[in-house]
Amino acid sequence: MLILQCPYCGIDAEETELAPGGEAHLKRHGPGSSDEDFHDYLFARENPRGVHFERWRHANGCGKWFHAARDTATLEVFGTYPAQTTEPPKEIRDAITARRPGWRWREFS
Amino acid sequence: MSDAVSALKGASFDGLVRVEECGLQGMITLRGDLSNRAVAKAATSVSGQKMPGQNRANVAGESGICWMSPDELLVLVPYSEAGAAVEKMTATLGKVHSLAVNVSDARAVFRLSGPAARDVLAKLCPVDLSPEAFGPGQFRRTRLAQVPAAFWMDDAETFRIVCFRSVAQYVFDLLKAAAHPAAAVGYHTSVGG
Repeated sequence: MLILQCPYCGIDAEETELAPGGEAHLKRHGPGSSDEDFHDYLFARENPRGVHFERWRHANGCGKWFHAARDTATLEVFGTYPAQTTEPPKEIRDAITARRPGWRWREFS
Repeated sequence: MSDAVSALKGASFDGLVRVEECGLQGMITLRGDLSNRAVAKAATSVSGQKMPGQNRANVAGESGICWMSPDELLVLVPYSEAGAAVEKMTATLGKVHSLAVNVSDARAVFRLSGPAARDVLAKLCPVDLSPEAFGPGQFRRTRLAQVPAAFWMDDAETFRIVCFRSVAQYVFDLLKAAAHPAAAVGYHTSVGG
């Protein structure tokens, strides 16, 4: 069972109170971008065994979208942070480094 | 004007706890920047209650303010006053980016009262309802089995639950099943166990 703390209302929400929103930090490629970029934006997703960044929505709660950093293999949660960012904040990356030295995820490490 | 009726017309059930539909309750959704003084004044002036903190509710009888999310409050007023309250709030809010809407007829309210109330509600939602974790003054939005709901405690043995009107019968049936006399668990309270 996954328990994530919603960064907006501070509630430790159990998985059934949340709605998953897929991978975090996708950069949108719309009109004017190359076919390859648009293809990757639509279809190319990470599928790591280990550190992963996801979007979640506190659907049966305050209703806000937020980001979570967790380990897909162990379900360890490194932290959650608000959605108004295009990259993981430093404290989240530091928390991951402390537990998983040398981690990489897309362009972040 | 036609007579307004609540979702289940005050239906009730006596089991491990008393489950009753509370009847008509005025409810106003107020969205906006909660740190804005006009927004706070709009909520406090019609309810007569203070602004609640995060995940908290200040409710007395049929009037109160519940913290729904960082930009949303649920303002409770007596049903007959809801229309006038919205007009007053809208005037108070002025040009502040915000929204006040009367949602009284879109919701249903239940009361769960009795020493085993914590046990009954804990069967239905993924929330720690131990007395140390949840008590009067706190407010929680969550799910009741398959539908969204919110609740707070009027006192140590009484919950009030708000859900959408369209699922009122479902929620009443859920609460009745959880409060069935043969379904005592005696986890949070020994009474009824």
